[in-house]
Amino acid sequence: MLPELALAVLLLALAAYAVLGGADFGAGFWDLTAGGAEPGARLRGLVHRSMGPVWEANHVWLIAVLVIMWTCFPHAFGPLMETLYVPLFLAAVGIILRGAAFALRGQAATISEARLLGATFALSSVMTPFFLGCAIGAVASGQVPVEGDPNEPFSSWTGATSIWIGVMAVATGAYVAAVFLAADSVRAGLPDLTAAFKRRALGAGVVAGALAIGGLFVIRSDARELYDGLTSGGGLAMVIVSALVGVVTLGLIWSNRFEIARYTSGIAVGAILAGWAFAQRPDFLPGELSFQDAAAGNPTLIATLVALVLALLVIVPSIALLFRLTLQGRLSERFQPIGTSDEGGEP
Amino acid sequence: MVPPLDLLAQVDQQYLLEARQMQALSLGVHIPLVCFGISFPAMVLFVEWLYNRTGNPTYKALAKRWSKVMLILFAIGVVTGTILSFELGLLWPGFMEQWGEVFGFAFAIEGLAFFTEAIFIAIYVYGWDRLSPRMHFLTGIPIALAGILGSAAVIAVNGWMNNPQGFDVGANGEVTNVRPFEALFNPNLWHEEVHMYLAGFIVASALVAGVYAVAWLRGRRDGYHRAGLVIPLSVLCLAAPAQIVVGDWAARTVAEQQPTKLAAMEGLDETTEGAGLTIGGVYFDGEVHGGVTIPDLLSLLAFHDPNATVQGLDAVPAEDRPPVGWVRNSFQVMVGIGTLLAALGLWFLWFRWRRRALPKSPWFYRAVVAAGPASLIALIAGWIVTEVGRQPWIVYELMRVEDAVTGAEGIPVGYATLVVVYLGLISVALFMLRRLARNRPETEIEAGPGEIQVLP
Repeated sequence: MLPELALAVLLLALAAYAVLGGADFGAGFWDLTAGGAEPGARLRGLVHRSMGPVWEANHVWLIAVLVIMWTCFPHAFGPLMETLYVPLFLAAVGIILRGAAFALRGQAATISEARLLGATFALSSVMTPFFLGCAIGAVASGQVPVEGDPNEPFSSWTGATSIWIGVMAVATGAYVAAVFLAADSVRAGLPDLTAAFKRRALGAGVVAGALAIGGLFVIRSDARELYDGLTSGGGLAMVIVSALVGVVTLGLIWSNRFEIARYTSGIAVGAILAGWAFAQRPDFLPGELSFQDAAAGNPTLIATLVALVLALLVIVPSIALLFRLTLQGRLSERFQPIGTSDEGGEP
Repeated sequence: MVPPLDLLAQVDQQYLLEARQMQALSLGVHIPLVCFGISFPAMVLFVEWLYNRTGNPTYKALAKRWSKVMLILFAIGVVTGTILSFELGLLWPGFMEQWGEVFGFAFAIEGLAFFTEAIFIAIYVYGWDRLSPRMHFLTGIPIALAGILGSAAVIAVNGWMNNPQGFDVGANGEVTNVRPFEALFNPNLWHEEVHMYLAGFIVASALVAGVYAVAWLRGRRDGYHRAGLVIPLSVLCLAAPAQIVVGDWAARTVAEQQPTKLAAMEGLDETTEGAGLTIGGVYFDGEVHGGVTIPDLLSLLAFHDPNATVQGLDAVPAEDRPPVGWVRNSFQVMVGIGTLLAALGLWFLWFRWRRRALPKSPWFYRAVVAAGPASLIALIAGWIVTEVGRQPWIVYELMRVEDAVTGAEGIPVGYATLVVVYLGLISVALFMLRRLARNRPETEIEAGPGEIQVLP
């Protein structure tokens, strides 16, 4: 019972990171694809304005995932880190580059500086979710042996399933980000950007959906057990939920109801993760280690769960305050196009 | 544990050293930022409180400027802290797998603190002039509390590695009957936390004061720069002398709990009754060269008894001893710098109390400028004492570092990458702080030139 509960909490944290952190990275993706300096300037300005106050808080979910994993499932964490050290290290480097470039770019003095920082920011925004997705794919397709295997630094995470999930991570992040940014641009009163992100949200939603459907064929040949799990029982139910909510979200975006679409797009992503958990139940490392065996002893699980409940009591109201102030525009930085020649100094 | 084949052991050793250096590098980059996390919010809040009480816009400009510095350092700390989380697993999978359930709970608390800090730091820094003064001040308090709680949780893990408890070891070496709270509140937690807490105040205040001391020497002596100098110096002159008392407490606990580490700190080869203390000197080739030896002082300091027996390095086999040179020399550096910082603090205190003025001598301000980097060196030296002094154990006397290290062969590549990335990150941080400093303080409160000069 306790390991299940801990696993549910781990998945919730992972879902929060996939949605909120994913949106952060997705914003970087739109930055990367915004086009030349002049046409992309307004888009980049909105990305910077919207992500400024929330990116650290969004990022902490990753720490939560790591901590819950090594505390509650240490016997899976060890082999996982030992086997997947290449993608995880690359993701970590991506996080450094991204944090640094994002913090800096509003400060760039010249166009070339802004371009260099922007490129670093945007590339690392794609790199981090891709490699984290690859690592998840390696776990899901049963590539992590229980004793850990550092001697296969690449083959463990470069299978079709891994690469597919890596690409999915980038696509869903871009999709969620487009929805968030569309909603933000409405509040900021920038209708041209609303239209731009509406187009991007619809496009990315369709691409992510198509990737999801196409991916089922990939895993059918590459990771049969995962496929069977996703097409039966709880796994199937969650896939259907995700698909339905995904379609509803597209409808909401179409009819300009971005605020609700923010939440439904998050639910669609969360449902996929829940489906994954159902699909490989009762294993943490498929075919190798059940989550019962991966779990820490009960005293540790209880202590951690109690700490997490306390954490929620503190964090939920705090984060609600942060998001409320952000939504009221009371924390927003001034909107300022980034990378154009008419860029002003500090206000 | 059965020793692996000779050849395998050699390969492992090679990567072990690099893995340890990689971990030390990451900690060395992160720990100075932690100092600011521990102490800077309290200093910023103090300045804001001064503003709310006096209505003097100088204080507001200073608090606002400092809060931006706080945010930059926090953001850099978020990424370096994330790297550390990854590294614990990437470099030491055996450690995490076997012991994660014992000490991991502390990280859950740290995560809570970190989360709270991230949320409120955003509200605080982005909320200037947009929230009411009272509300704005209140949103700063959780940042200060979270900085203390978070560091305490991480220190608890370090204390536990040095003094592991809160579990039983079963017949096959497996960990059973885990008691997370006992692990969390280990006997090393208290002195390590207080020592680090004061170190946080010393390092941050010395570095901040140094910035304004440079300005002072260049003749910028208006109210803004004066406040920026006097406030951190007041912190320094309290924290630095207090650290000496705490250091004594820490050393006595180490003497009791980790006698081998104490022997390494003092370079004491043989178990000695009435051991003397050598002040200064450098340890190499297996002995201390130079320095002044005072008879019986080590016994007196460590056990408050001049005739007490102090255990030497010879009490444990050679393979269980830490590298003495690193530990002993670092300890000397830390104590030396700490003493000088305390003297600097007392110098300042003397002028404040007796003459109600700032010292006139430019050498005082030059000393303040030097105090920042010196305190950083002392901080790192202190952590070398703790961490290298723990070697060869990752969990003291229970698991050796070579049994915890990963078998991954990519370590040299990762190490090189990380060096480059950290150099970039440090340049970024310095560049941003320079950029921030170049704006005139008046821009913080949208006041005209000269409007914030006056201080009561």
